[in-house]
Amino acid sequence: MIIRKATANLTMLKKLLVFTVVMFAFGYALVPFYEKFCEVTGINNLLQPDVLVKEESWVDTDRWVTVELDANTTGLPWQFRPLQRSVRVNPGEPVDVMYEIVNNSDREINGQAIPSYSPRFLDKHLKKFECFCFTKQVLKPHETRQMPVQFVIEPNLPVDIHTVTISYTFFELPDGSSAIRDN
Amino acid sequence: MAAVHGDAHDHGHDDHHPSGIMRWITTTNHKDIGTMYLWFSFTMFMVGGILAMGIRAELYQPGIQILEPELFNQFTTLHGLIMVFGAIMPAFVGFANWQVPMMIGAPDMAFARMNNWSFWLLPVAASLLVVSFFVPGGAAAGGWTFYPPLSVQGGLGVDMMIFAVHILGASSIMGSINIITTILNMRAPGMTLMKMPLFVWTWLITAYLLVLVMPVLAGVVTMLLTDRHFGTSFFNAAGGGDPVLFQHIFWFFGHPEVYIMILPAFGIVSEIIPTFSRKPLFGYSSMVYATASIAILSCFVWAHHMFTAGMPTVGQLFFMYATMLIAVPTGVKVFNWTATMWRGSMTFETPMLFSIGFIFLFVIGGLSGVICAIVPIDIQVQDTYYVIAHFHYVLVSGALFALFAGVYYWIPKWTGRMYNETLGKWHFWLSMFFFNLTFFVQHFLGLAGMPRRVPDYALQFADFNKISSLGAFGFGLTQLLFLYIVINCIRSGEKSTQMPWEGATTLEWTHLPAKAPYHSFETPPVVK
Repeated sequence: MIIRKATANLTMLKKLLVFTVVMFAFGYALVPFYEKFCEVTGINNLLQPDVLVKEESWVDTDRWVTVELDANTTGLPWQFRPLQRSVRVNPGEPVDVMYEIVNNSDREINGQAIPSYSPRFLDKHLKKFECFCFTKQVLKPHETRQMPVQFVIEPNLPVDIHTVTISYTFFELPDGSSAIRDN
Repeated sequence: MAAVHGDAHDHGHDDHHPSGIMRWITTTNHKDIGTMYLWFSFTMFMVGGILAMGIRAELYQPGIQILEPELFNQFTTLHGLIMVFGAIMPAFVGFANWQVPMMIGAPDMAFARMNNWSFWLLPVAASLLVVSFFVPGGAAAGGWTFYPPLSVQGGLGVDMMIFAVHILGASSIMGSINIITTILNMRAPGMTLMKMPLFVWTWLITAYLLVLVMPVLAGVVTMLLTDRHFGTSFFNAAGGGDPVLFQHIFWFFGHPEVYIMILPAFGIVSEIIPTFSRKPLFGYSSMVYATASIAILSCFVWAHHMFTAGMPTVGQLFFMYATMLIAVPTGVKVFNWTATMWRGSMTFETPMLFSIGFIFLFVIGGLSGVICAIVPIDIQVQDTYYVIAHFHYVLVSGALFALFAGVYYWIPKWTGRMYNETLGKWHFWLSMFFFNLTFFVQHFLGLAGMPRRVPDYALQFADFNKISSLGAFGFGLTQLLFLYIVINCIRSGEKSTQMPWEGATTLEWTHLPAKAPYHSFETPPVVK
């Protein structure tokens, strides 16, 4: 009787330990699940080029929106700036702006830019067709590069918004690593 | 085979154990371990309480008087961690150790040695947390939820906190495995699942929740550790990670965690109210189903902690409605307790007072919880003192009051002696008064916009903060009275009888003498 009970307890212990390990792995599985979820639902989808649907495109010539351009670097010896501080656009009109990066160091460095927007919901009304942030940038020592960003602010932007800010921050990518969400 | 049999038999009648400190270090007896859990959690309750006194002393008046902002943040962070992981959770495990085997008629826990190990991990983790105050950079200061990026940037104190959480998690998982196995495999003959006392039921469900979410917490702190030291970027935007991901994984653990801290409290109250109403619990099976529903629902509501972190409206609506749905099974419980008291022959000894205080104040905390679940309101009160008031109503006047009720209820069985009823009542009424003085005004502070985790505040908050601080000092001092009552009971309390409460019906009262013997139910009782 006692022995049978001890065996039953050990079986139970094994099952529960396996369950614990599975749940530990589940915690890690939440990471790719979260990324996939955001990708499928279009949340946080900042690093993918958009496709312009022709039928929906029209230009709201009655409104003007000021787009302020901002550039930062974190932890890498690059100089990074937009060639113009801001542009005034009609919603719906395609815009081209230029950014410039300069590698001030004596070594080759890989970097990638992460965008961020103000107001935060701007990503729903901003379509980017070309951006240096989609790919990894490799700069040789003292190399200078100018890079275009092509985008449209959609006319469905709420009417009380008159100024928006598009900001990029360059981070260093370790050697050999591919660009973030490079697909 | 025969040898094993004989051995077990010999142990059965052996009441002798090593004396002195070795008794406690080597013990595998569920009652000894339960006692250690309870004393440990009371010690940590005092440590966390001292931190709370520091916080309230700083907030007594505007300006910075006692604690520099950095140290203040360490105080709030460690107060939360110590109270949750060091005080409330181990106290409930202590109750499970003492009560579960006695209430189901088992001789001991299923894995007695593992039980010893899961207790002795706790002092190690607690020392890590306390010592972290004295390392360079001080203790973790990013809040008890240790959100990145602060927790990725902090110093050695954060590493010690992460390690402590790992150890506490391991201890909780071992404890829950033990409890599940004990309850499922070692019940006395005739004790079917639906005849188990409700305290045992709530612990069974809680233990399942613990093995479900504690490993996820272990995973998320491991990710934090590798982000800090091994170059991964789970939560670091520069490497493609996302700090909001941390919040999702943390609260996947964190929300069930709050039910881990309240379900055993429901269990304790569900034992005490029928006893002092001298009526069986109203709606026993609906209580079981309500507990299970709360546990299941609790796994699908985590993002209501993150309404302002950025989420599509659809997500906010889902988590809002799912959260409100929990009010339904919780309401079932509250109505069942009320219906149990209805037309009962009630008496109001200290355990009953604490239980009724629990229902009364927990409902206030539950109601402010439903208010916080409403997205547009939550966006207003997020990270204000309204939220502080809400969760102290469910954790202090909820979990802690139920623990007090449980101690007063079972201490005659644990010690064979009666506590001082007059002092017990004083403890209740003083706790009740000072608790409300401390926390009720915090609702007003929160609605007026006072943010949490800030050592200084605007002048218009001064009066309510002074009231709240005075209440907190009173509440803290009152708990010393509790310590006195317990020590007084153990040393010189009046001898108790087997049935000090005439309405009690569970096995530990009906089958065991006034002081539960060191080894109980060697021969299982038969439950009809």
